[in-house]
Amino acid sequence: MSAPSPAMAEGIAGRGAARARRRRLRRGGVANRPGWVTYVILGVVILLSAYPLYYSFLLGSSDAATIAKNPIPSLIPQGNFADNVQRVITSDIKFWQALGNSIVVAVLTAASVVFFATLAGFSFSKLRFRGRGPLLVFVVATMAIPTQLSVVPLFILMSKLGWTGNLLSVIVPGLVTAFGVFWMTQYLESALPYELIEAARVDGCSMLRTFWSIALPAARPAAAMLGLFTFIGSWTAFFWPFIVLGSSNPTLPVSIQLLQASYFKDYSLILAGVTIAALPLLILFAVAGRQLVAGVMQGAVKG
Amino acid sequence: MSVDTTTPAAAPAPPAPQRRTVRERLRAVDAQVAPYAYISPFFVLFALVGLFPLVYTFWVSVHDWNLIGGKGAFVGLDNYAQALGQENFWTGARNTVSIFLLSGVTQTVAAIALAAVLNQNIRARTFWRMGVLLPFVIAPVAVGVIFSKMFADQSGLINSLLTSVGLPAVGWHSDVFASHVAIATMVNFRWTGYVTLIFLAAMQAIPTELYEAAVLDGASRMRQFFSVTVPMLRPTIIFVVITATIGGLQIFDEPRVFDQQGLGGADRQWMTMTMYLYELGWGPQKSFGRAAAVSWLLFLFIIVIGVLNYLATRRIASSSSGGK
Repeated sequence: MSAPSPAMAEGIAGRGAARARRRRLRRGGVANRPGWVTYVILGVVILLSAYPLYYSFLLGSSDAATIAKNPIPSLIPQGNFADNVQRVITSDIKFWQALGNSIVVAVLTAASVVFFATLAGFSFSKLRFRGRGPLLVFVVATMAIPTQLSVVPLFILMSKLGWTGNLLSVIVPGLVTAFGVFWMTQYLESALPYELIEAARVDGCSMLRTFWSIALPAARPAAAMLGLFTFIGSWTAFFWPFIVLGSSNPTLPVSIQLLQASYFKDYSLILAGVTIAALPLLILFAVAGRQLVAGVMQGAVKG
Repeated sequence: MSVDTTTPAAAPAPPAPQRRTVRERLRAVDAQVAPYAYISPFFVLFALVGLFPLVYTFWVSVHDWNLIGGKGAFVGLDNYAQALGQENFWTGARNTVSIFLLSGVTQTVAAIALAAVLNQNIRARTFWRMGVLLPFVIAPVAVGVIFSKMFADQSGLINSLLTSVGLPAVGWHSDVFASHVAIATMVNFRWTGYVTLIFLAAMQAIPTELYEAAVLDGASRMRQFFSVTVPMLRPTIIFVVITATIGGLQIFDEPRVFDQQGLGGADRQWMTMTMYLYELGWGPQKSFGRAAAVSWLLFLFIIVIGVLNYLATRRIASSSSGGK
């Protein structure tokens, strides 16, 4: 207790020392650091998380004959990756089209979910209206409905609209999600003070204006996370795009499946394709991995 | 806008009191309508792509309905009887439950253990947390393709490792149970880290006083884990299990790409219910009626197993607090 506070340490020994001190205080001192066994376990786990991806790259940089000869690939990549990627791109899986489609679908879905979910979250958390409680319960309850069960009627609906093979068939059903509404409601509940809204209203702001200039900026951290998770969910989705888009106008996961189905004899080609298809999200992970971790830990739970 | 037509918007100086009432009225309408307007996109979309399909699935399921020909005669519950009479339906049900149990149980146990490891005062905590989450950004289809090669029966990585240490090779594709283990491994690869972080967050919310009291009572670290940590995680465990049930029983992506045909193996060793549904509707039969019937059966199936899981987890989680 008589030890210098972090603030004091900052004054005496600079910011780094203060941060270290604060960290030590949090868990009761350096003595509590776990032993090497912990790091060995964690190291093995990380290797297991990363190896399959590296394996994919190793085989993707190899060739069919070598893969058949050495089932356990050498840890050093071989030189055929660029060639194999070239073959993937020139094959008939429409790689560029699939990449473009995935970008369009994921960006539009994420933007739309963020906008509509924040709008609804603003209303549910800060506006008073009749039926608010039951309606919110209803929203949460819809999350328990297994989505894949509706594929038959949804497909019939899309054919009636003439949308099969059209990106709209994938984008429109995902424009706003129950999870997003719930997530933004929870966040705005605590992050947006009533006083701010009342002040804006007294100043004569319309509801939409209040939303736009008060709620939306306050929602930014949670909205960014929601956007990230929606983007990943949309980018990795397979079942519905596979059914409704098919091979004529695929997204990346659909074209990966096509690649596997049509070139099953040559895994160097297939796994080169898998590796480059995984690249965009790996870059996203490198940039925003911290936010993803924070998001999962704050309850961004969505399969 | 046109509540009062006698006052054009551009009029320089309309009588002050009247103008205020119009504006006030507009503001009142705004304040009343806005809350509903802002939540309406969700409800409209849900009605269109959630509720309507659910009900319509039932309508389709009681008809002869073809992917190309469209609606045929009303057949009552024939499609259900047909589905329940098919051996493939039951094979699919067996495989789905087996894969789900294999992945769900190992994943939950592994995630709790890993969360306990991460919940120590470790160095570079963000690095380790990011490391366990890495597989989450890889699409299930990609995971499936990579692992189907690693688990290849001949000249696969896993079998080569097994034989190199003197163990027999496993028929990952030919054997029913082994194929389920392989697919459960893919699911666990992608999700264990994610679930770990959920448990880690829950562990950090456990008040330290509980551990202090346990230490005063002389509880070992093992004892603390089973008597404090696990019981306190109960709501989270239930949540994770229910979510995993809803998602896991609909599994499609990984088994679909476990071989290049995508039918679940020569003897349907790893064909899941959703794969069966897909095959009925979009395979050679093109029978939407039967696919819809299977959808509803799968729905009931998920509810039943979800309830069973809920009861089981409640018991397991609470008995570990009392007994051990």
